[in-house]
Amino acid sequence: MQILERLLGRRYKSSSGKVAKERLLLVLAHDRANIPPGLLDTLKDEIITVISRHVAIDAEDVQVTFSQDAQESRLVADIPLAIGRGRRKR
Amino acid sequence: MAAKVLTITSGKGGVGKTTIAANLGVALAMQGQRVVVIDADVGLRNLDVMMGLENRIVYDLVDVIEGRCRLRQATVRDKRFSELFLLPAAQTRDKSAVQPDDMVRICDELREQHDYILVDSPAGIEQGFRYAIAPADEIVIVTNPEVPAVRDADRVIGLIEAEEKGPARLIVNRIKTEMVQRGEMLAIADVVELLAIDLIGIVPEDGNILVAANRGQPVAFSNDSSLAGQAFHNIANRLMGEDVPFLTLREKGVFERLFGFMRSEGD
Repeated sequence: MQILERLLGRRYKSSSGKVAKERLLLVLAHDRANIPPGLLDTLKDEIITVISRHVAIDAEDVQVTFSQDAQESRLVADIPLAIGRGRRKR
Repeated sequence: MAAKVLTITSGKGGVGKTTIAANLGVALAMQGQRVVVIDADVGLRNLDVMMGLENRIVYDLVDVIEGRCRLRQATVRDKRFSELFLLPAAQTRDKSAVQPDDMVRICDELREQHDYILVDSPAGIEQGFRYAIAPADEIVIVTNPEVPAVRDADRVIGLIEAEEKGPARLIVNRIKTEMVQRGEMLAIADVVELLAIDLIGIVPEDGNILVAANRGQPVAFSNDSSLAGQAFHNIANRLMGEDVPFLTLREKGVFERLFGFMRSEGD
């Protein structure tokens, strides 16, 4: 079992070939859309500012990500509301 | 019959453009094609030494452009094949000495008497790259299975598309089979998927290439071909429109053999 895990782990999870592909996926997406990774932080900060003016949000957990596949590129802003988080937290 | 102009480019330097240009030139010439290889890397001439023709250069590309000699005087005939020629780059000038129109004009002049004109592009995406792709009917991008090389290849593919020179085709060079098997190198399928262009060749890392470069005798020359030599001949055949299965770069193993067998059957 351990051997299997080690084998699988090495091969598929952390092998540097796999890591290279994951990194390239991201880098190429940014390059192609001409959206440098730093821009996402700027966008995030500004989104937090704007949304916070109207709704209470959990600024710590806001995420702005960029994704691309064959069909489309998109920016995704994930903005957790402070109130929702609070209730669920009992 | 008019020649086809094929530009070999990469974005990143050191991925093997010149090696590939020299070997494809040789492989095509061995198929009876009339070939000119043009060293477009003005200021950093190297195709001449790769082909072992460095002692025979009198004039160069810039001499032709600036009217100091005729095109025919500058092209060096290979000593081993009567229908393989080299048009060398100038060594003491820089890329600003060549304009895209110059390359178009020179290639047009060469078209009539040849079947293939291979342009060995300089690295980068500036002037040298611009004039190297200007005359191209077809473009081949060379990359290595490494993050920086793939990234630069992607950038170049974008530029070529913007120039409406695409779609380019891809050669993945310097594949270390044993590292791919261990998962420590990008697989060819990954590179092709990331770059989303058609593959025209895969070339394994092969010590024979260095030996060949040392001697100025491209590996494609020898008939007891090394794996890399075979790879170059396969690419040449694909350029000529043949459907050649890709090399199976795996060693031993029942699965690999079976896989390779099934693949070549399928194609």
